[in-house]
Amino acid sequence: MKQRRTALYTFLFFGFAFLYGPILSLVIFSFNESRLVSVWAGFSTKWYGELMHNDALLDAAWLSVKIASMNATLAVILGTLAALALVRLKDAKGRKSLAVMVTAPLVMPEIIIGLSLLLLFVAMEDLLGWPEGRGQLTILIAHVTFSMAYVTVIAQSRLAHMDQSLEEAAMDLGARPLKVFFAITLPIISPALVAGWLLAFTLSLDDLVIASFVSGPGSTTLPMVVYSSVRLGVSPQINALATIVIGLVSAAVLIAGFVIYRQEKQLSKKS
Amino acid sequence: MMLPQAIAQRSRALIIAVPWFWLALFFVLPFLFVLKISLSEPALAQPPFLDVIREIEDGLVTIKVNFGTYILLLEDSLYVSALIGSTKVAAISTFFCLLVGYPMAYAISVAPKHFRLPLLMLVMLPFWTSFLIRVYAWIGILKGNGFLNQFLLWLGVIDQPLEIMHTVNAVYIGVVYSYLPFLILPLYATLVRLDPILLEAAADLGCRPWKQFLTITLPQSMPGVMAGSMLVFIPVMGEFVIPDLLGGPDTLMIGKMLWMEFFNNKDWPMAASLAAVLLVVLIVPFVVMRHFEQKAAEELQ
Amino acid sequence: MSQLRNQSVEFQWQDPEEEPIVRIEGVSKVYGTMYANDDINLTIHRGEFFSLLGPSGCGKTTLLRILAGFETPTSGKVFIDGVDVTQVPAYERSTNMMFQSYALFPHMTVEDNIAFGLKQERMEKRARQERVKEMLQLVQIDKLAKRKPHQLSGGQRQRVALARALAKHPKILLLDEPLGALDKKLREQTQFELVNLQERLGVTFIIVTHDQEEAMTMSTRIALMHEGRVEQVDPPRRMYEFPATRYSAEFIGLVNLFDGHVISQEDDRVLIQCEDTEQPILVRHSQPLTAGMPVTVAIRPEKVQVMTDSDDQPNRIKGIIKEIAYLGDVSIYHVELPSGKRVKFTQSNIQALAEQPITWEQEVQLGWRYNSCGVLTQ
Repeated sequence: MKQRRTALYTFLFFGFAFLYGPILSLVIFSFNESRLVSVWAGFSTKWYGELMHNDALLDAAWLSVKIASMNATLAVILGTLAALALVRLKDAKGRKSLAVMVTAPLVMPEIIIGLSLLLLFVAMEDLLGWPEGRGQLTILIAHVTFSMAYVTVIAQSRLAHMDQSLEEAAMDLGARPLKVFFAITLPIISPALVAGWLLAFTLSLDDLVIASFVSGPGSTTLPMVVYSSVRLGVSPQINALATIVIGLVSAAVLIAGFVIYRQEKQLSKKS
Repeated sequence: MMLPQAIAQRSRALIIAVPWFWLALFFVLPFLFVLKISLSEPALAQPPFLDVIREIEDGLVTIKVNFGTYILLLEDSLYVSALIGSTKVAAISTFFCLLVGYPMAYAISVAPKHFRLPLLMLVMLPFWTSFLIRVYAWIGILKGNGFLNQFLLWLGVIDQPLEIMHTVNAVYIGVVYSYLPFLILPLYATLVRLDPILLEAAADLGCRPWKQFLTITLPQSMPGVMAGSMLVFIPVMGEFVIPDLLGGPDTLMIGKMLWMEFFNNKDWPMAASLAAVLLVVLIVPFVVMRHFEQKAAEELQ
Repeated sequence: MSQLRNQSVEFQWQDPEEEPIVRIEGVSKVYGTMYANDDINLTIHRGEFFSLLGPSGCGKTTLLRILAGFETPTSGKVFIDGVDVTQVPAYERSTNMMFQSYALFPHMTVEDNIAFGLKQERMEKRARQERVKEMLQLVQIDKLAKRKPHQLSGGQRQRVALARALAKHPKILLLDEPLGALDKKLREQTQFELVNLQERLGVTFIIVTHDQEEAMTMSTRIALMHEGRVEQVDPPRRMYEFPATRYSAEFIGLVNLFDGHVISQEDDRVLIQCEDTEQPILVRHSQPLTAGMPVTVAIRPEKVQVMTDSDDQPNRIKGIIKEIAYLGDVSIYHVELPSGKRVKFTQSNIQALAEQPITWEQEVQLGWRYNSCGVLTQ
């Protein structure tokens, strides 16, 4: 028994080393003096300085953040509705097809989503005159479409585990359905929605392939800039950018995780 | 005045209608356009194809279906080998994901309860940081004078740098690295739900620990294994970034080919045909995945 | 209390020569600072139907798990058939367990579940199939062989669990709350079946239960556990009639307790002055007691009777009826004594109909024979 545990934990350790080694190397070499990313030549923060003056990259980052936050908000709304429909409206028309439509984007290769949406947008513009050209709006629509699926999964599992008698109790005490939703259901599933928002935000911030298809001139997102730079070879500026992204994301995830963890702990204590 | 029940009815309909129509419009409908354009003729135009349905004169419409791209796709061995290449890369890297991911998921599921959530978060954390950046990190590690070669040379294991970068092996490493969390999470969810009493029952009936794993844990975790594997296999089939950045000329994958047809050759009908073929190929693993996901959900209840 | 078992089997474990099938010597199990088991000594004999009885958290399940080999005691030893098995893992022990949740393997059919243990000992296929068939017939579920556990009712699952545990011919069958998940009707019927099965097979059964009625009905002997310790080990009847401690008296059945001290003892007649009664109480007790010693007198409610003035009974108390609980066959009456203490007595309702009915606020005289109550010294 003991031996088996030790073997498992050793394996786990190497697994995490595999997951975090590359990230660590990125962070370390973002502080490298030399342009050569794999040879250490002394500590320096000059690449961060250069990053701050890279206007193309900063513009793209700003655009990406804008799209990502709008995307996350829309995705949470649509995802919550979908989750409600899947968990609570067991015999509603269209529930089965919704279930399939909501699972498919999770695994659908991005390249197919990107291409197919572009072809749709081109055809729609041709027929309806909307959307006019491609840019922010088309990227946003594309991102909402695939990230709402992730939100649905998260919200769905939370809703399914929620004690439904709480809602029944509220109704019994005279609350109308809409009131019940905002006073009882929403607060209870809110940790899942926060997690869903954050996930949708990062998914959008991270997307290269879909955005490449549906963006237009003048709407270049951060991953697109990073990609064109990376294609030319490794660059310490990208390392610096990566370090900032990793720092922000880890902080956000750790805080969110800690909050959810605390909440779960309290909930499990009460019940 | 509306009766409260009618309001309830209407709002219930709205709850399902909004996400349903969004997905129908922006997820399902586009596939029809993929199909339509895959049947059109490439042309030097803006957009670069001749529409299947064309208006010649006022009110006169012709429909011209062109199977040329599909015929080319079947005849040119390049496309066929890209499809085979994608399948091979997806299958092999799913296998390696399982090899690394199963023991990790298992170890987390048997860890003391208060460690499980933090450990899971550690698995998730890289997934939240940029995918592109994580793939980029491997360039610095795998290239000729990268960390891996420096380290192995220093150890004296090799006396010449290994050529991993720009080979299919780099693609395997990149895929396993990027998709590991997708496999670990559903697998963990299945494993942690297994009742430890069942192992005690097996032990009580004379079953040794290693055999307990093989006869009780492993068969019961199969829904998680299958769902997780498909979660890796399907998107890897269409993967573009990893073969593009880490792979070389020998890594033919359909995702990269589609990208090149679209962006480099501006051949929209061919890109659409490739997408249509890929979509059809992926239906089988998708159905498998849905089946096992539902099975896992049923066992939960 | 009803009993399914003939008390004459008692002699079986009174042969001092025979090696008991289970011997537990000074077993303790400590979790952190909590003693789940605290210096437990027990011997269980071949063919017994032995109950570990107690409320939840008393350590009965821990003790059963130590016997099965899932837990290793912090100190002490366990012998099965004279062999020290304290360090032997579960998969090498000749005990089998029926789990409270049944623990049927959900991915295997009923048949495969029953065959599982036999496969582990590499029994040849033909013999194995025979054995499985025999077990299916034994618990009367032959028609369900190909089903999966989730297609069975609670009662059917219980039978599969029993068949699976018995398939390997265990020396000892351990049952953890075997009837806990069944509804009352089914539980009573299954009690009979378990006892019949055990008598037919002659396998030693050790059962964990929190239900005193279940333990009383089925067992040859009961070990009453309390906070990790064994309070008393006795056959059901002795346990009820002669509780050794205040805890046993209160845990099993209803009891009236009077605290007091010894005035005098003459042969087996002890006179005890109690705080709540005017006159001293006369009790039969053969062990010598010293005058002034603090003791408790215990009387079961059904042994307390309503007296008339003409009845000659030295143990008499007077009180007022405060509450009546009607239970169908009997009623329980709560009587308040002048001191404020409440005393319970029961009367069968046939009897109550025949005599003058007793009602609320009525003054009654109660009495009992000196040999129908007992003395508790701890």
